[in-house]
Order: sequence, then structure tokens, then C-alpha cells
Amino acid sequence: MITGTPKPIEEILEMVEPYDTIILAGCHGCVTVCRVGGHKEVEVLASTLRLAREAAGKPINIKEISLERQCDPEYIESMRPFVEDYQAVLSIACGAGIQFLAEKFTHTPLLPGINTGFLGVTERQGEWAERCQGCGDCVLHLTGGICPVTRCAKQLFHGPCGGSMAGICEVSKDVPCGWQLIIDRLKALNQMDNYTKLKPYKGWDSSRDGGPRRIIREDMI
Amino acid sequence: MLPCTGRIEESLLLKAFENGADGVMVIGCLEGDCHYVSGNIRAKARVNRVYSILEKIDIGAERIRMYNLSAGEGAKFAAFANEFVNTIHELGPSPINTRREQENIKAPQEEMP
Repeated sequence: MITGTPKPIEEILEMVEPYDTIILAGCHGCVTVCRVGGHKEVEVLASTLRLAREAAGKPINIKEISLERQCDPEYIESMRPFVEDYQAVLSIACGAGIQFLAEKFTHTPLLPGINTGFLGVTERQGEWAERCQGCGDCVLHLTGGICPVTRCAKQLFHGPCGGSMAGICEVSKDVPCGWQLIIDRLKALNQMDNYTKLKPYKGWDSSRDGGPRRIIREDMI
Repeated sequence: MLPCTGRIEESLLLKAFENGADGVMVIGCLEGDCHYVSGNIRAKARVNRVYSILEKIDIGAERIRMYNLSAGEGAKFAAFANEFVNTIHELGPSPINTRREQENIKAPQEEMP
């Protein structure tokens, strides 16, 4: 899922300060699962903002909504009948959702209520960890299901570097060496021959080097 | 009617303040005695999050508090209630209610979901 963290309430209050009527828009997708931008978080943030603004003598009118997904146009369109009745939209979806709203509603300022994080997994309740950087050229079949692009701080493709000590990466004592994980896993799977199949170098043309990416599936258009 | 403090959402607690409460006390079963295993532990985490929110927006974190007691501890319940009410009396009306009083605005009393 796409993960995120709430922005500090002080920052959100500063963003909404010029406005008296706003829409607070959540999303039922990833941000609901990582508990940062779903229906419940909309309710809590709306109450928090109303209380803070009323205590400051500048009440705010908030329309609370949660879209099925803010990254799909058909759900965004459900906001169109009333979006211009409000001065701004505060979205607590991921950065993709917020930008898509901004593209669709060009006359309304869009404000981000969360800081979007990474593509990750829930390791336990309240703890998420990065697993994919969307490089566009997956090699997980060769690396025991462990991504060298994400799990190695240097994104190396040829094994651990000199900064790997006792299975720990030099960037932090809390970060396991990605390549140590890969080698251990390949040994356990009896697939060490995969190590020789890796490309001598990785082409990054499918990653972000060409700017914002686009996928066009002709078979679906 | 809530069968367990574990059913309390943070939004419900905040709504109480929006609707004019000067303080909210949440009373759950003793830790380890929850009929639904961990309802009171969940409630504790939620109350703590609301505590933190109230502190950040200057409503006053001390206006919310969670107590734990068993259904058979009537005297303890009364003591807790008196203690909390005294705390709120000492704090006075919440900043929301102070402003509403100054501007003669009535608190919205929304029906709880």
C-alpha cells in the first residue's frame, strides 16, 4: 500500500487559516488501511479543526466526505456538484489523490493533510516498512523475493558492500543489510545460482530517470 | 449505549467537546478484566490520542481522563466522579464554552450515531 503520516495539526491549521468553509476529503484506499486518511481520520481531523478554530474565535464550516478512491476519476466526479461551494479542499489521501483532485477542480485550492510515505507493508499494527520503489524492472524472482533496490541503501545489484557488518547496514544499526538478507534467503532456497544470473548493471530507464512515468495498456483502451 | 469502552471512537470523544462538554471521563473495566479481551486497552490508546489532540489545540489535555474500575466498586466510582468533576470545576469552562458564552451561542447538540 501507499503509506503516509498525518501532518502536524499546527501545520494544517496554518494551511486552512485563510478559509471559512472547506471540504475535508478522505480516501477508502491505502490511507484507510494505514490509518491516516480514511473515514475515521476525516471525523477526527474535522472535529479537531472545528474545536481549534472555534476556540480561536474563527469558526470553520467543514464538509466531511470520504471517496472510494481519490486516484480514480469516477469517484472524484461525485464531488463536482458541490466543490465550488467551498473555499478549499483539504485532502488526507496520498499525494497522487491530492494531485488528481487538484487537476480535476482547477478553481479550488487543494491542501495536503498528510505526508505521503512509501510503498510498504504493515509489519505490525502501527508499524509500516518500505518494500518497493517501483523501479519498473522487477528482479524478485532472482533475489529470493527481497528487493535490492529497496532493501539495499545503495541500490546495489552485485552483493553486499563494505558497509555491511554482521548483517547490518552501515546507514543504521536498525537496518539489516539487504544483500545479506538476499544471500541468506537464496542459500535457504538452494538458489545461489541465481546470484550469477543478475544483470551486471541495472538499467534505470524504467525508473524515474525519464521524469514522471506513464503506463499505457493498449489492450485496455 | 456502548457495551464496552473498546467501542469508543476518538471522534465520539471529540464530538462531546464540540457539543459543549467541559470534560469527558471514560470509565472502563479493570485492565485484564475486559469481557471483550482488550476493549479497555484499545480505549486507553484512543483516550491518549485525544489527550494529545486536546493538548495541541489548547483545549486542555486534563479535560479528558480514563478511569478503570469494576462494576462492583460503587464507592470508588463516586470518588472518581467527584475527583474529575472537581478538576473540571477548577479548570472552568472549556475555551469553546467560554467563547460561546461571550457570544451567546448555543452548543450544537447533535444526535450521536
